Amino acid sequence: MSDEIIERVRKVIAASKRIPDEQVTIDSTFEELGIDSMDAVEVLFALENEFDINIPDEEVKSVRNVRQMVAGVERLLAAKSASTPATQ
Amino acid sequence: MRRVAITGLGVIAAPGRTACDFWTSLIEGRPAIGPLQSVDCTAMRFQNGAEVRGYSHQPYFEDRRADFMDRFAQFAVIAAREAVAGAGIEWTPELRENTAIITGSCVGGQSTEDLGFVEVYKLAHNRVHPLTIPKTMSNAGASHISMEFGITGPSFTISTACSSAAHAIGQAFWMVRSGMVDLALTGGSEAPFSFGILKAWEAMRVVSPDTCRPFSRDRHGMILGEGAGILVLEPLEAAQARGARIHAELVGFGMSADACHITQPSAEGAARAIRGALRDAAIEPEQISYINAHGTATAANDPTETAAIRSVFGAHANKLAISSTKSMHGHALGAAAALEAVAAILALREGVLPPTANFRMADPECDLDIIPNRARPAQAEYALSNSFAFGGLNAVLAFKKV
Repeated sequence: MSDEIIERVRKVIAASKRIPDEQVTIDSTFEELGIDSMDAVEVLFALENEFDINIPDEEVKSVRNVRQMVAGVERLLAAKSASTPATQ
Repeated sequence: MRRVAITGLGVIAAPGRTACDFWTSLIEGRPAIGPLQSVDCTAMRFQNGAEVRGYSHQPYFEDRRADFMDRFAQFAVIAAREAVAGAGIEWTPELRENTAIITGSCVGGQSTEDLGFVEVYKLAHNRVHPLTIPKTMSNAGASHISMEFGITGPSFTISTACSSAAHAIGQAFWMVRSGMVDLALTGGSEAPFSFGILKAWEAMRVVSPDTCRPFSRDRHGMILGEGAGILVLEPLEAAQARGARIHAELVGFGMSADACHITQPSAEGAARAIRGALRDAAIEPEQISYINAHGTATAANDPTETAAIRSVFGAHANKLAISSTKSMHGHALGAAAALEAVAAILALREGVLPPTANFRMADPECDLDIIPNRARPAQAEYALSNSFAFGGLNAVLAFKKV
């Protein structure tokens, strides 16, 4: 997992939930962070904007913690760069 | 206090443009859900809705009158005309003054507003159509009904998201029961299909990519619907005296607030509204045979509603027949409870319980008899209609067979 992506995901979650960045770690679960289903939808929205990706509903059903979320973002970023022709 | 009869029913919705056509579709278990035609949804996570297909104002309104009415207000008047005609109301100036109009609407003339915003934000035009405000306001349905029939009594609109029409019908019921008015036209109307509002629903991730499967383990969320349902309410004695056809009696109304979360439902709040309706009707839980459920087919609603029903009815929950007709007419938001009230009333009158369509897999968290896929003949004496809105505002109506 890329440290840079972990960092950005942590920051997005913290900003969306309005909690200090330090409180969100790669090992945090949504339950520990008090993220309910509506909070999770807001985090997904913020992640879509942060990374310029579309997160399908199917991708998010089983996501319950930060580690799964980072893995999902990395997978979608990889799919995006594979489908976008490189410029220069 | 007076007893209250339902003497008129009017519907326009995806399954049918009259109460009769609507009912026929429901008991055939036929979902009126398909690709949306009025909005381009190709770039959305969902493409389906329960739309009044091929709707045009033309058989209903002259062009110049329609200019003043958003689709949701047109639906309100169309349903009101059917309800009033069926009830055989003979208007007098006194009756017009003693008639209430109480409608529900969640989003009002949203598609008119959407067009106006496209003008200024997207097309960078400097002006918006001057009728945007009167077409958008949520009370436009009630206002146009009042003008249609010259009704001059208390008229207003209630907006409590998915419970709007249930709160409206309940309020009208109490006004007729108390003697405040002698007649009421009540229900709800909604036309939520505009690009902007559909994008907002998409962002909530609660709309199903295929269809609406209430209480089914493989449910994927709700399907939006549109339309209107209007009831005519009057004192039972007056209805009997004038020889009116009485479809059913409205006997109870209960409401509550979850005071919990803006979108997550609470079983406890829902249960309090159900108990309130039973108490208001002065009936025991064991007297209820059928519940038209809120049954949105979201992950959260269906198990919560099941828990609420189990907590109120205890062992009797296993004897209840329950269905979500949203599986066929979609979730028509502020009109939903009016369409579902019509379904519950006709279930009592006709002795047939409409099914929960699109059902595939039992869910242990929704372990009730949900009348899967096929209508069931059954003589029910009492029925409930549940509505549990976003914002935690709940409303439950109780009906009695006549």
